[in-house]
Amino acid sequence: MWQRIRSLIIKEFLMLWKDRKSRFVLVAPPIIQLVLFAAAANFEVNNVSLGLWNEDATRPARDLVSRFEGSPTFRIAAAYDNPVAVEEDIAAQRVKAVLHIGQTFSADVAAGRPARIQLLLDGRRSNSALIIQNYAAAIVEGFNREYAPAGAAGAGLEIQTRAWFNPNFESRWFILPGLTVLLTIVATLMITALSMARERELGTFDQLLVTPLRPMEILAGKTIPALCIGFIEANVIAAIAVLVYGVPFVGDILLFDVGIVLFVLSAIGIGLVISSIAKTQQQAILGVFLLLSPSTVLSGFTTPIANMPQWCQLLTYVNPIRYMMELSRGVFLRDLTWALAWDLLWPMMVIAAVTLGYATWLFGRKLQ
Amino acid sequence: MASPAPAVVLEGLTKRFGTVTALDRVTAAILAGQITGLVGPDGAGKTTLLRLIAGLLKPDAGSISVLGHDSVTDIGAYQRDIGYMPQRFGLYEDLTVDENLNLHADLHDLDEATREKRFADLLSFTGLLPFKSRLAGQLSGGMKQKLGLACALLARPRLLLLDEPSAGVDPASRRELWRIVRTMAGEGVAVVWSTAYLDETERCDSFLLFDGGRLLASGAPADFTGRLKDRTFLIDLPEGQRHEAQRVAAAHPDVADATIQSGSVRLVLKEGAMLPDPKILGGDGTVPRPIRPRFEDAFVSLLQVETKPAVMDGLHNGAGLEGNGAAIEAHELTRDFGKFRAVDHVTFTVAPGEIFGLLGPNGAGKSTTFRMLCGLLEPSHGSAHVAGVDLGRARATARERIGYMSQRFSLYGNLSVRDNLDFFSGVYGLAGARRRDRIAWTIDSFDLGAVVDAEAGGLPLGFKQRLALGCALLHEPRVLFLDEPTSGVDPLMRRAFWQRIGALADLGVTILVTSHFMDEAEYCDRLGIVYAGRMIATGRPDELKRRFVSVAMPEPTLEDAFVALIESHDAEARPAGDAS
Repeated sequence: MWQRIRSLIIKEFLMLWKDRKSRFVLVAPPIIQLVLFAAAANFEVNNVSLGLWNEDATRPARDLVSRFEGSPTFRIAAAYDNPVAVEEDIAAQRVKAVLHIGQTFSADVAAGRPARIQLLLDGRRSNSALIIQNYAAAIVEGFNREYAPAGAAGAGLEIQTRAWFNPNFESRWFILPGLTVLLTIVATLMITALSMARERELGTFDQLLVTPLRPMEILAGKTIPALCIGFIEANVIAAIAVLVYGVPFVGDILLFDVGIVLFVLSAIGIGLVISSIAKTQQQAILGVFLLLSPSTVLSGFTTPIANMPQWCQLLTYVNPIRYMMELSRGVFLRDLTWALAWDLLWPMMVIAAVTLGYATWLFGRKLQ
Repeated sequence: MASPAPAVVLEGLTKRFGTVTALDRVTAAILAGQITGLVGPDGAGKTTLLRLIAGLLKPDAGSISVLGHDSVTDIGAYQRDIGYMPQRFGLYEDLTVDENLNLHADLHDLDEATREKRFADLLSFTGLLPFKSRLAGQLSGGMKQKLGLACALLARPRLLLLDEPSAGVDPASRRELWRIVRTMAGEGVAVVWSTAYLDETERCDSFLLFDGGRLLASGAPADFTGRLKDRTFLIDLPEGQRHEAQRVAAAHPDVADATIQSGSVRLVLKEGAMLPDPKILGGDGTVPRPIRPRFEDAFVSLLQVETKPAVMDGLHNGAGLEGNGAAIEAHELTRDFGKFRAVDHVTFTVAPGEIFGLLGPNGAGKSTTFRMLCGLLEPSHGSAHVAGVDLGRARATARERIGYMSQRFSLYGNLSVRDNLDFFSGVYGLAGARRRDRIAWTIDSFDLGAVVDAEAGGLPLGFKQRLALGCALLHEPRVLFLDEPTSGVDPLMRRAFWQRIGALADLGVTILVTSHFMDEAEYCDRLGIVYAGRMIATGRPDELKRRFVSVAMPEPTLEDAFVALIESHDAEARPAGDAS
């Protein structure tokens, strides 16, 4: 049995290696995307035109305003004294955000009560609004540290936790660990979905089925090479992110690799399911892309899952990318512990077991 | 035939694709009112020539004149006068027959009145009238071709170009197609019919024979075969000797070609040679019968290639084959796909060392039967025993005893010949010295030594076919399954292939082969005719033929027998069908 599987694995690697197209799929797109994302996809926001609606003329309020003025991110573009003008200007996109400081602000700060400031954002541009909010939060936090008495509840805006781990708002740090995950799943899905469909197209699939190979052995012969390639691909991309682009890697590499194995296995399961259904390579590619775009959106790669409506959030639970994305960012940017990571590992185990099991079942049923 | 005028004139026509010369200095004429057969194996240049005539390609050298106009400078003048039916005719499978016709009528700018008249004519002419509102995708292969032909005929072309119209079409539909095209030629249309089947050429008025881009011969088929007058004979042989006799005859210096035809060996003598003594072939003293030469005989003797006799020694070494009873036993095999019964209680047995052919039109259920017997498909009812093993119980064991070669020579195209052999020997569980020996045997027996490091996908068809057969025999199977093994292969390769198969059968390997191709069926010891999901007849090819000997058909061909069997089956089935 092992000899038969070994022959399959050797053949699978030979096919990949000798086929110029599949070599290209494995090497070129990841590098191109890595370079593109690292260079072009910049989430940073500079020179934001900020409106100011200050109803409090005392020192703490002035100090807060000057912190915004002094930041390279913000530029005070207008001042207001009523909500109507604020609304008009945001609607007309004359300002991207308006900082509203209420009349009781200084008094609240002085008394140690929770003080409230309001940041009015243009919600139509949710992504930049989110980033502006993060920048503002950082400024407010600096303000808090100076004014709030130790132990007292912080003043002003709720502070976004993300800023803790990426204090300089380096968007690369945020993007590349996620991109590693995405590129890995693209490569894995393509290899598995295409290899099976290709055999079917060539007619070699029937040829395999009349050999003494059992369905499980064929699946193992398809799974192991894809697992090796997905694993290597993930580690190479991670290494490039760290060595070339200077993304920190503070966590445990072993944890990252355990996660990658589970993640790649669940991707292989999905790829095998697609290829059991698809009759041609074209259908397989279509299937991969139909699946990839929504699962990328639902992975938290660009937009936080917490901001999605409830039903979307529910969908993300069946998406293996969601877990690996969080795990990858966790081990890259903060020292994610095994205990915390467990909550991300077991769902991937379940997904891998279900998809691989379903693929085996589908595969067996097709033979009938 | 009123003085035929040339509809197409080719002058020194050459077409290259990269470094490949698809057509090499072809000079010929195609006459109006005639059916001109364009004959040759796959890759001979037939499709290229049709596309050049249709004006879809430009020649690299030479010229084509179509209906008096040059194909490059003056194509607009004749484009409306040609009907071109490519190999895969552009039918829209999700449209009905009627909608397909309408679409093509729109493309040809036919007005409402002409359209109605042409539709009525063509639908009754092609027998498609009852299927007017059926989706094209649900028509049988033969009906699709007829619909394609009807679309090509809509605009009343003066030149009709048909690219392998009979490929994959059952004999009955093939006869229909010929009838339609014959009528068109009678109306003065110049018809070009390309085909890889040499027997079709005999029905043409003239032919152009291509091989590797060169025009080898042309003229009237009768003149071509007439050269072999008094040189073709049939020698009847006792059961079980014909493979050996065929090999002896093929090696004889006076024999140009020797093939198996049903229970006999067919001999084509070299020019001026005397008939060898039938005794040396193991005949039982019956006098060889002179027989009418076929187109294929003439083609092969024209090429006069010395073929190396196939030696299959070293397989099994005589061991492990003496099973008791049948090698293949199908009992009440039935397979349903949803409500459709593809195979209906098929029962037959194949003896060890026998070559058994499953013959039938596309969609008749022969592939489904075949797939159930090699374990690719589970039967709905019934059972199958192969090489002494019940497929329902021990499929894996059965698989170790069977070899399988599909129509498409399923190999890994981007792997080398050796990689392919390594792979298949590995998945068959061969190891160590046995693996090395078997690979060496295969390379040697199938003449693969020169190409062992070449990519399998880039090999010529003949090598691919040999490699595929070699891979199927690596594990020394007792039963060999061949799915349309020689489709698209030229006659010489087909001969070499069947010689090997004959040698294998002599070693005791049982062979099950599917085909819809009558020539191939002649090589079989026994045939099973599959039609409408049932096995409607089994028997030796000559037995089947003999059933239909009549005054009108003193010497029926296998195709005649096949068509007659199907017709009588339909006649029986119809009253029963009406009653239900």
